[in-house]
Amino acid sequence: MGEAGARLLIVDDNKVNRLLLSRNLQMQGHSAALAENGRVALEMLRRETFDLLLLDIEMPEMDGFAVLERLKADPQLRDLPVIVTSSVEGLDNIVRCIGLGAEDYLPKPVNAVLLKARIDASLEKKRLRDQQKELVRRFATSEVAQDLQQSGFALGGKRVHASVMFSDIRGFTALVESQSPEETIELLNTYYTLMFDAINGHGGVVNQMIGDGLMALFGAPLPLKDCAGSAVAAAVEMIELIEQFNVERSRAQKSSIRIGIGIATGDVVAGYTGTQQRATYTCIGDTVNLAARLEEHTKIAGRGILIDEDTQRALRDRRRTEALGAVPFKGKSAAIEVFGLAAGQPAG
Amino acid sequence: MDDSVIDKAVYAELQETAGAEFVAELVDTFFEEASGLLAELRSARAEDHADRFRRAAHSLKTNSNTFGAMRLGALARELELKGLDPDRARDTVAIAALEVEYTRVAGALKDLCNG
Repeated sequence: MGEAGARLLIVDDNKVNRLLLSRNLQMQGHSAALAENGRVALEMLRRETFDLLLLDIEMPEMDGFAVLERLKADPQLRDLPVIVTSSVEGLDNIVRCIGLGAEDYLPKPVNAVLLKARIDASLEKKRLRDQQKELVRRFATSEVAQDLQQSGFALGGKRVHASVMFSDIRGFTALVESQSPEETIELLNTYYTLMFDAINGHGGVVNQMIGDGLMALFGAPLPLKDCAGSAVAAAVEMIELIEQFNVERSRAQKSSIRIGIGIATGDVVAGYTGTQQRATYTCIGDTVNLAARLEEHTKIAGRGILIDEDTQRALRDRRRTEALGAVPFKGKSAAIEVFGLAAGQPAG
Repeated sequence: MDDSVIDKAVYAELQETAGAEFVAELVDTFFEEASGLLAELRSARAEDHADRFRRAAHSLKTNSNTFGAMRLGALARELELKGLDPDRARDTVAIAALEVEYTRVAGALKDLCNG
């Protein structure tokens, strides 16, 4: 018996087969749902999650070949392992199943011992694949993972319209020196959890973490309708979360932390850079540099959130902003108009 | 009992892997399905519906083989592979032979379940 029982879907128009397969699975410690043709099966697959599909070929309404074709074309379902169980005649039909992505073929009547071996092997392969996907998710982001799954990996970038956010903790170096490394790691983990929550909640993607600083993208790798509005909403929520976190910290007699956030909007080039062996999803361009400068400038301006003119314009008076005048930034030929957000806390 | 109707080894293995009680229930389901499938074969033949004819024969074949009714399975397989015959009468005869064999299978399976 497998460790924890898996959940399988049996698709067969023949009631005797459905009952017998379901019994076999039950005796192996798995649970099974039943569908009497391909159309019903696809509806169930889109509604519920299954670990494996046992698929008959010869069926009315929608046969097994059509199901395999649909699964292959569906990004959500194409990784679902399928074992074809059929007494369909002809080697060419079996070859066709394998060609359409079926993992295995078992002739009917299905031998219970063979069925168990094939199911166990399939589930083990699926477990490894899931583990791999989980690793990609943990070290990239779900959006990058999805992008990778859909378009595959290729070095090189494409030009997209996006908002870029930089954020970091004020006086972090002094804070690190005043406490144990364990406390710092704990603080960073809580901080990142809160920031990820706010950023992901507004459709953003954190694509870099360096010490206490982070870089987030709104509008890449997947387009976002209102990238500037989303980035600013995330920033406001980040400041609010930090304020709540500070209430907890002061209860534990710990010092407050402050963050500074810079946001710029415009065209960026986003894509994978690095080598074929090791690459990262990143984003470059003037907009990125400007967001970084704005974040640095929060210290001088004494503001929690600073945004550039394009971000301010995209907000269309939905939030109260204050023009702070033009600031000459390093690396910029002309001075840049900077705006403070009324909701932003003063930087410490 | 005549071993040519039900292959005892196949039936015993089924009982061993799925449990005797479950197999008895499954035999009942087979009976319920089989009468429908035989009727479907006849009506598909009468209406010249090749797909339905092939599918009904296919299902009968699979179910027969599941219980070790190898001869019944072979007769059904012949119809599945051949499909509708240009000569209707030949199909009518073949379906009749299938029904005779099914009656034998049903009797043998009932005995096996009760014994």
